[in-house]
Amino acid sequence: MSQEVLRTENVSKSFGRVTALRDASIRLMKGEVLGLLGDNGAGKSTLMKILTGFHKPTTGKIYFEGQEVELKSVSHARSLGIEPVYQDLALINEINVYRNMFLQKELMRGGFLQILDDRTMRERAKEQLKEMGVNIPSVDVEISKLSGGQRQAIAVARSVYANAKVLLLDEPTAAMGVRESAMILDVIKRLKEKAEVSVIIVAHNYAHVFDVCDRLNLLQNGRITFDKATKETSIEELLNLVLHEMREAREQIRR
Amino acid sequence: MSTEQTNSVPASKSEPERTQRPGILRRIGRSLLHSREASIAIAGILLVIYFQSTAPVFLSPSNISNLAVFAATTAIIAAGEVMVIIAGEIDLSVGQVYALAPFVMFYSHQAGVPYLLAIALGLGVGIVVGLINGMITVLLRIPSFITTLGTFFFINGFTLSISGGFPVQPEADPVIVTLFGGNALSQFLWAVGVTVLLQFVLVKTRWGLHTIATGGNPIGAAEVGIKTTRIKIGNFVLCSMLGGLAGILDCFRISSADPLAGGADIMFMAIASSVIGGTLLTGGSGTIVGAFLGAVVLGILKDGFTLSGVSAFTFDMILGAAILLTMLINVHLSRLRAAGRSV
Repeated sequence: MSQEVLRTENVSKSFGRVTALRDASIRLMKGEVLGLLGDNGAGKSTLMKILTGFHKPTTGKIYFEGQEVELKSVSHARSLGIEPVYQDLALINEINVYRNMFLQKELMRGGFLQILDDRTMRERAKEQLKEMGVNIPSVDVEISKLSGGQRQAIAVARSVYANAKVLLLDEPTAAMGVRESAMILDVIKRLKEKAEVSVIIVAHNYAHVFDVCDRLNLLQNGRITFDKATKETSIEELLNLVLHEMREAREQIRR
Repeated sequence: MSTEQTNSVPASKSEPERTQRPGILRRIGRSLLHSREASIAIAGILLVIYFQSTAPVFLSPSNISNLAVFAATTAIIAAGEVMVIIAGEIDLSVGQVYALAPFVMFYSHQAGVPYLLAIALGLGVGIVVGLINGMITVLLRIPSFITTLGTFFFINGFTLSISGGFPVQPEADPVIVTLFGGNALSQFLWAVGVTVLLQFVLVKTRWGLHTIATGGNPIGAAEVGIKTTRIKIGNFVLCSMLGGLAGILDCFRISSADPLAGGADIMFMAIASSVIGGTLLTGGSGTIVGAFLGAVVLGILKDGFTLSGVSAFTFDMILGAAILLTMLINVHLSRLRAAGRSV
């Protein structure tokens, strides 16, 4: 785990007069799972959108695999191997699992009509899901028949299959029950064991993701205020930081 | 049917081993529930039995050809309409392309273009209309209901203008006439061909998959990189072109093109066939075979009532009730299906 995959250096982003992100420097190693924590409006989404190529930073630099890069667009970031998994997951309810996994990267038997090679897609989807420990009744069921956790897992599997080097997970456990969350966290743990894909998890409920992350960064008011390996910290320490922030905010309102 | 399904739900829930062979009745019940096409086909068969028992001429050759012609025209248009609806849009103007295309063909031939090319030009005007419908809807972000409502009136006016409001009688080579819908059989084969081809495109090809994705989750489809604008425009083009084809086939069969033919009437019949056949107006889900069967059932109803002496007014009432009823059944069945699968 020595190779650096993604790094930002003093990245800031302003929208008009509002500065959403100030001098954020993060570093992601190969095979590492980084938790990007923070309250609503702390700047997590902004940093995420900069990494996906959706926003351009106002100032600061981004390095990918040691090279400075300018992420021109979402598809450019993707072509490098930075794969976002959006909250809406970009899955199609009316289509079955394996076709969803190959959506826009379909295998075809060629010809003018672009006939789909269902058999191969089916087999490969099955293999990929099995390898990642994703449990679903069958790859033939429509996405609409699956639970939130299963959908999330399929979206992750799809990105991994697309040769993702960096996986950006936006609130993967939002609006999910404990069992569902456990399933998706399990999938991430398996990824970690293989140490081929690096993951950034954005979450505001850090208790959910605490266990699965190697390192945690806390964003407060657009700044990264905390950067520690999970082993060296505790939920209590994070909680105290956030409580402290809350107290200060309350003081300011009183004044 | 419904009792079959409710029985099977707890059964499949209790044991995971699926190898156990379900009873033949249960299997039939399940496949009926799982296939919208099967239920509409059964409705059609029941209607045929009923009408044959009340009016024995129902299954006479001449009546069957009547029926085939109505169903064929409607089915061809419905096939295109289903693709547009699955992509999350609607095309109200297709019935006017049906009227316009034969005139374009007729006037091109009068200007010296051979018939085969004139037919292509007739279809070409469908392509142009589809492009206009699609581009206005997608690029200018106007709901397709409004876009095609506009082109509906525009094309109608255009057809009336170029024809002066009078019908024309094209006289083509008998071979061409026969090939292009000159008789009921030829027309019906066209409908079957279009249905089979488009159903294949819908369920087995990339275009069909992307059409479903575009209508099912437009944002998600765009996020994975599907060019949803191209999919939508393409299906508008397909729909208008099939509207033109249906118009040309009908024109050869009755050897006359009427500027007032088609219009809202045939468009609504096509949409009704689609809906009865199981296509959801919300997008993302539909079947071409279902729309074909829907058109056949509508044809049977219309023809059967005429033979039994029921007036056209009553027919419309029954058609309206039939649409509402099928929608109710569809909604109800989907719920049962969902219950059956969430094991």
